[in-house]
Amino acid sequence: MAERTAVAGDTGAVIATQGLTKRYRGGQLAVDALDLSVPRGSVFGFLGPNGSGKTTTIRMLLGLIQPTGGAAHLLGEPMPGSGRRVLPRVGALIEGPALYGFLSGRANLLRYDAADPTADPRTRAARVDRALERVGLSGAAAKKARAYSLGMKQRLGLAAALLQPRELLVLDEPTNGLDPQGMREIRSLVRELAEDGSTVFLSSHLLDEIEQVCTHTAVMHHGRLVTQGTVAEMSAGARGRLTVTTPDPGEAARVLKEHGVSDLSTAGEELSGDPPPGDPAELNTALVRAGVRVRAFGVRQASLEDVFVSLTGEGFDVAG
Amino acid sequence: MSRAEPVYDARSAPRVSPLWLLGLFRSELLVTFRRWRTLALLGVLAAVPVLVGVAVKVETSDGGSIGSGGGEGPAFISQVTNNGLFLVFTSLAATLPFFLPMAVGVVAGDAVAGEAGAGTLRYLLVAPAGRTRLLLAKLTTVVAFCLAATLTVAVAALLTGALLFPTGEVTLLSGTAVSFGEGLLRAGAIAVLVAAGLLGLAALGLFVSSLTNSGIAAMATTVGLLITVQILNAIPQLDAFHPYLFPHYWLSFADLLRDPVYWDDILKNLGLQALYTAVFGSAAWAAFTSRDVTA
Repeated sequence: MAERTAVAGDTGAVIATQGLTKRYRGGQLAVDALDLSVPRGSVFGFLGPNGSGKTTTIRMLLGLIQPTGGAAHLLGEPMPGSGRRVLPRVGALIEGPALYGFLSGRANLLRYDAADPTADPRTRAARVDRALERVGLSGAAAKKARAYSLGMKQRLGLAAALLQPRELLVLDEPTNGLDPQGMREIRSLVRELAEDGSTVFLSSHLLDEIEQVCTHTAVMHHGRLVTQGTVAEMSAGARGRLTVTTPDPGEAARVLKEHGVSDLSTAGEELSGDPPPGDPAELNTALVRAGVRVRAFGVRQASLEDVFVSLTGEGFDVAG
Repeated sequence: MSRAEPVYDARSAPRVSPLWLLGLFRSELLVTFRRWRTLALLGVLAAVPVLVGVAVKVETSDGGSIGSGGGEGPAFISQVTNNGLFLVFTSLAATLPFFLPMAVGVVAGDAVAGEAGAGTLRYLLVAPAGRTRLLLAKLTTVVAFCLAATLTVAVAALLTGALLFPTGEVTLLSGTAVSFGEGLLRAGAIAVLVAAGLLGLAALGLFVSSLTNSGIAAMATTVGLLITVQILNAIPQLDAFHPYLFPHYWLSFADLLRDPVYWDDILKNLGLQALYTAVFGSAAWAAFTSRDVTA
């Protein structure tokens, strides 16, 4: 797989959009001039509040929605024009799984496999069995999909995306509805897939999940791309926050302010604020010299969540 | 970029299996005929001839005769007691105004919209089944259902007729008698003709289906259109339009029971169905290939 990727390998982006725009018939601008670039081999976290245009973007990339402006390239080929050649190399889970409730889990996969023109009918059964095994559903394969739990449906949807070896996996909220155990399994599956050489494009509302598995990330807000880069860059970009625990908060606040700490807030014995550039150890020395008794002192690294909130500026589930 | 034309199935992929379209079609058939609803529809259609047969048997058990063809439809029912084969024609004539087309309307209306509503459409499209090919598979399946529905009525009627009434030489509407074998052959041809008569409605249903994400709405619209057209077809003041309404020549199948066969209306029916299929088939294609799949 890794070899094939290298051969197919334009070194460029697996997903690339230039000014991609979608204005719905009602006039609503869902995606506004999006320039997205997903490097080959990355695990790419696609973030944004609900209603920020993530799903519309994913649907445009996969040829389900016709863009009203701009261009999108998938695996180096234009979409939706080259869909028939590109999409067999792409596995997708879009807005949750969709299944035929009256068919068994196995029959569902047979159906989806039959819809892929590049899938050899002679090896269909083996392919389906392998996919079922990979997501841990072999035991429930004969059960009607209607009787599946949400987590099992999610796994079956993933199995459909994994019927073939894929160069790119587009996974929209893949851990939705799973228990913590299932989430861990999916996360390790994503890492496994990435190690096999697939690029994984992951949208999730669980920020710590993105932080754990993703190498790169992009944030959307109001249909626009707010930022994109590696997860490390992103976290580093935001300054950490200084927290001091002390029985003398009043005196401590005075000293810290004197030494350039801004946006200071006090909650009982705990103070927090944005530290000035430089070594925070100096601040500690200053506190101790001023006779402030310090119980705890530290700079908390900014999490992706801090970055996210600072970029989108509002609660997670609020669409603008 | 201004490449706005929907080129959903441009150059074909190099590794496409030649039998793939067959596989997709098979998968479509399986999904349609394994649905509980489809089986229920076929069950209702099979029950009609049994009911008619039993009713005729009970009505005539005291030696009396039955309905002397008061309606405008062909008077097959009075012949049933002489020859069980006539139950086939009676049943087809009885189910044609509503039961048969309603079943077709339900299956055709649900074909695309039902998958869109359930979300399975998006997965078929990113598989990628290809919009044109998927629609083609859907159309073929709906046509197969038209045939299956008609044959269900015909076979159920044949079995009931053979069980309850005598069989033998068949007296045609023109008075000539033909062998039971030839009668059976003509019955088969009539079933195919009735199925072909449903194609226009099937294409109409598929078009409606490609416009919406709600299977129920598409089914209701298609069946509603059917009823409306049937009513229009019954209003004598509108008889100038009647030859253009798809159910107008439905009962022309009776002309196959004349000797010589009277082909005029049969051909008009086939031509009309071909026209409807072409018009609404293309409309369905245009709507489906340019549509945003948002469900």
